[in-house]
Amino acid sequence: MSVIETQGFKLDNSGKRIVVDPVTRIEGHLRIEVNLDDKNVIQNAVSTGTMWRGLEVILKGRDPRDAWAFVERICGVCTGTHALVSVRAVEDALKIKIPDNANIIRNLMHSTLYAHDHLVHFYHLHALDWVDVVSALSADPKKTSELAQSISNWPKSSPGYYRDLLSRLKKFVDSGQLGPFRNGYWGNPAYKLPPEANLMAVAHYLEALDFQKDIVKIQTVFGGKNPHPNWLVGGVPCSINLSGIGGINMAQLNQISGIIDQTINFIDNVYIPDLLAIASFYKPWAAIGGGISSQNLLAYGEFPDIANDDSNKSLLMPRGAIINGKLGEILPVDLKDPAQIQEFVDHSWYKYADGGKGLHPFDGVTDPDFVLGKGTKGTKTAIDSVDESAKYSWVKAPRWRGNAMEVGPLARFVIGYASGRPDFKEPVDMVLKKLDVPLTALFSTLGRTAARGLEASWAAHKMRYFFDKLMANLKAGDFATANVDSWEPGTWPAAAQGAGYCEAPRGALGHWIKIKDTKIDLYQCVVPTTWNASPRDPKNQIGAYEAALMNTPVGVPDQPLEILRTIHSFDPCLACATHVMSPEGEEITRVTVR
Amino acid sequence: MTETFYEVMRRQGITRRSYLKFCSLTAASLGLAPAFAPTIAHALETKPRTPVLWLHGLECTCCTESFIRSAHPLAKDVILSMISLDYDDTIMAAAGHQAEAALEQVMKDYKGNYILAVEGNPPLGNDGMFCMPGGRPFVEKLKHVAKDAAAVIAWGSCASWGCVQAAKPNPTTAVPINKVITDKPIIKVPGCPPIAEVMTAVVTYFVTFGRLPDMDRQGRPKMFYNQRIHDKCYRRGNFDAGQFVEKWDDEGAKNGYCLYKMGCKGPTTYNACSTTRWNEGVSFPIGSGHGCIGCSEDGFWDKGSFYERLTNITQFGIDSNADRIGLVAAGVTGAAVVAHAAVTAIKRAADRNKTQADNTNKVES
Repeated sequence: MSVIETQGFKLDNSGKRIVVDPVTRIEGHLRIEVNLDDKNVIQNAVSTGTMWRGLEVILKGRDPRDAWAFVERICGVCTGTHALVSVRAVEDALKIKIPDNANIIRNLMHSTLYAHDHLVHFYHLHALDWVDVVSALSADPKKTSELAQSISNWPKSSPGYYRDLLSRLKKFVDSGQLGPFRNGYWGNPAYKLPPEANLMAVAHYLEALDFQKDIVKIQTVFGGKNPHPNWLVGGVPCSINLSGIGGINMAQLNQISGIIDQTINFIDNVYIPDLLAIASFYKPWAAIGGGISSQNLLAYGEFPDIANDDSNKSLLMPRGAIINGKLGEILPVDLKDPAQIQEFVDHSWYKYADGGKGLHPFDGVTDPDFVLGKGTKGTKTAIDSVDESAKYSWVKAPRWRGNAMEVGPLARFVIGYASGRPDFKEPVDMVLKKLDVPLTALFSTLGRTAARGLEASWAAHKMRYFFDKLMANLKAGDFATANVDSWEPGTWPAAAQGAGYCEAPRGALGHWIKIKDTKIDLYQCVVPTTWNASPRDPKNQIGAYEAALMNTPVGVPDQPLEILRTIHSFDPCLACATHVMSPEGEEITRVTVR
Repeated sequence: MTETFYEVMRRQGITRRSYLKFCSLTAASLGLAPAFAPTIAHALETKPRTPVLWLHGLECTCCTESFIRSAHPLAKDVILSMISLDYDDTIMAAAGHQAEAALEQVMKDYKGNYILAVEGNPPLGNDGMFCMPGGRPFVEKLKHVAKDAAAVIAWGSCASWGCVQAAKPNPTTAVPINKVITDKPIIKVPGCPPIAEVMTAVVTYFVTFGRLPDMDRQGRPKMFYNQRIHDKCYRRGNFDAGQFVEKWDDEGAKNGYCLYKMGCKGPTTYNACSTTRWNEGVSFPIGSGHGCIGCSEDGFWDKGSFYERLTNITQFGIDSNADRIGLVAAGVTGAAVVAHAAVTAIKRAADRNKTQADNTNKVES
């Protein structure tokens, strides 16, 4: 038992220990353990990544032009993001400039992913934390229709529509085969929506499931398939030929334009109204789950409006860091500065030659070391609870200038807001006014979830902007989509290194590559969930998940609803976070329990 | 939402008459007398939906993401009306103890009658603890749930072959699921990910007919994996005519020429991409200008660069390759391809009566 003070939190692991494993409705495998005091308030939180794949060692010795395909398979949910950051890293190393059209098409594919990923997260991975499916059974279809029509002009809102849905929902529940809704926390007093709001949300859960498959067709046009579209070092693989038989043609551009309209329509008339309606019943959550978000935020920036220019003049989503809550001071971020981004492994199942030191990704080492602490309960292959004073996660602990940082939509919106950019400031002010809450409400579970919704809308409108920009280029006679000057490895220097930046839907994502004699010599990724799900560092600083769970009251201790709400507000992606492996590829060490 | 299979068909505009005809055909295809048709009709109208337990090992969730892209049938209808997706950590409401309790209960209530669907694969290294949901090795959970399953679906290249984490040097010793489940029928649905409609077709086939579809010797459903992408590629004519893309975004690319010289693996890849296509037929990799990377083939990560052209297509002759094909006169090329086509046809006829050999590393000529 111990008490540790860090970052304004008091970690006390003396109370009753609750374990949530698996945390579901996420990508990958995550375990959360918390200690509750006698009033069932969380006094200690422990985040454990429970998978590891070792992709970087697999990349060593391979063709850098192939790397995007390997790293794309880090994650199929934010599909394409790792591929995008990978081609950027290789282009940075080999000093390849991409054509304007390629930049626009990449931006369009990436904003498409934002819209899709955020929509699916809200309805299919997060909504059931707030929406009680069983309560929907007692809804009045007519009142549900009135509610729906009062918040949006979305056409599927008649009493008959809801009556039909209700009847199908009743039959479904009566069948006793509840499928994905089996053993949910239905009836938990933490659910606050009236039955009509629940029924409306169930309707939109199903509509969003039907619609999401259409959004990604934009990626399919340019990349050939989704999930996992194709990318290219030097540009994009698709050519454009508006008057011939190959390449992107007018019919496909029309299809894209139509999908963009539908996406804007769905997000602005279903997602955003639902978000605001649901949030209005959960305002106490604007003061829960803030963690370190009111202190330290980081974004690498995204959507370069000018091809090959990653300065804030070009980035539509700005790059920067905020430390100690100083919103007035956006600090510059440099991925290549060895003093800025470092990873620590004191509490991760890896070892460094020099224990407590942090390493910049260009010097990254990842030597797996699955050692469990003395306080572990259970055995080495049947862990009942971990010992967080020792190593306890497959996730490393990245720090920016020594600080634990939160990344993601909230970080991006606060940095955009603090930078005074109207396309971030105006929607935030609109939501704050609508919910009648102060700016500090952003730093919460609800704020994180709201920022993601606003960002989905931001991205959907940017899809239109990018499409129009592409059309303007085509009208002006610019059809180029790839630069092949440095395609052949014979044109490359004997040694090169580069860094690729990206804002994935879940936050700041960086890849670092060293190329030697035309092959990959080192490949390192530091991904959004590595920042957010980070375990402790040598100074015992906790990461964003652990901090956000602190001081949260849990209503029914054996039902982890409140824990899920806050963890889901980050949209965890554990396959991303836990794939790291040493560039040297040492033989895997065997398990030891000390 | 609680509809039986019959109700789903009715809602999709299929008449009672067509439905009964469907049941008769089903009876016939199962080798049953016509008298069994009403039995099948009754079963589909009333029987509980087949429970599916969907486990995730080392993976990236691209299979789940692909599955929900299905348009025909809609993923929603499959999940809520055709099967009962009682465990899937990616979408299920319950977590932790409640999630694991659901798993155990279904295994007990439907012993021998549920489908196990596996996305990803088990790592055997580090005593299995490179993937440790619930604090235990995933491989144990996999074997536990497989024990009483009626059948097992291996989703994607991870479960089928090993995929990216099993690429050399396979740091976690990740293995395909048939290495650890050896006493159950396993159908492999490879691809990274598989095509959405291929995935839902495999599920609906099982639900409809009560058995897995016909499989080739490698355990893949024949209906989607018996042809190479090259066989039905719309750019095949350009290949035959010796018209190739030579550089990205060159005139050949703008004219939709064959991507063979850019490393396309279509000639050695068995999948339905060039026929079923992706995302409701919008495109497929070659259709959008990039060669096939061969993602449904065993060990495709370790067969050289995706941009290296295949050199083992023997139709070009022993020491020839596409460079020569590109240089020689179209007439000569045409003759070579005609010869190639004839050989292929003969070989096909010869193969018709035997099961498909392991083609992952060689190419028919």
